[in-house]
Amino acid sequence: MGEFLLVTLQVDMHDQLALRLQDDLTNAIQAKGSKGVLIDISALEMVDSFMGRMISDVSGMARILDARTVLVGMQPAVAITLVELGMSLPGIDTALNVERGMQLLKRVLSDGDDHRPR
Amino acid sequence: MATITGRGEQPLRSEHDIVLCRQTVRRLAQEAAFSLVDQTKFVTAASELARNALVYGRGGVLKWETLLDGIRRGIRLSFEDQGPGIPDVDQALTDGWSSGTGLGLGLTGARRLVNEFELQSTVGVGTRVTITRWK
Repeated sequence: MGEFLLVTLQVDMHDQLALRLQDDLTNAIQAKGSKGVLIDISALEMVDSFMGRMISDVSGMARILDARTVLVGMQPAVAITLVELGMSLPGIDTALNVERGMQLLKRVLSDGDDHRPR
Repeated sequence: MATITGRGEQPLRSEHDIVLCRQTVRRLAQEAAFSLVDQTKFVTAASELARNALVYGRGGVLKWETLLDGIRRGIRLSFEDQGPGIPDVDQALTDGWSSGTGLGLGLTGARRLVNEFELQSTVGVGTRVTITRWK
């Protein structure tokens, strides 16, 4: 996908698998010099605080490695639950689907501006 | 007074058991005809408490009951461990407080996602968290 990495998370991940993703993704960003990462969670039927933190951490790690992360495809029921859980994922860019996420990344990277709501 | 229409239990001894716990709770919530949002809330609460039992309680057991109260259906889950227990229950139920490496959202977050929440803990004996959600 050119300069972007696409990560698709599958249903019901073990905690260790989620942690390994951090390793794999940061290594891939460095190896490929990617400027953008799309994390597709449309297949996830739930995100708990552990997975939410993992996603948040990955985004922070990518940022330090000069890559922007966009979380795409969150199901409405997951969004409702996450906010009620107390986890609103501050500082994480989101988009409804992969296409819109790509557009967001392209826009952010071409502007060079930080569009994240801080 | 609610009638118990079914019950079961399964171990919480490994990370894989957390996944199995989520699957059991999802199935029960579907059978009780919970809405998709209510299913998701309940499964997420269960996931938080299952992980707590494993990480802080050094493993435990999930006991579940399906309930009928008149025409109302419900599910009650009990997460029991024989871990170190929680010295200060009020503190543990404070948002953002964490004894470990977590965010401190597990217990308080789970409480917000259910209709009934009960926490019993004795230092040196263990912890039991019981949650109930009604359709």
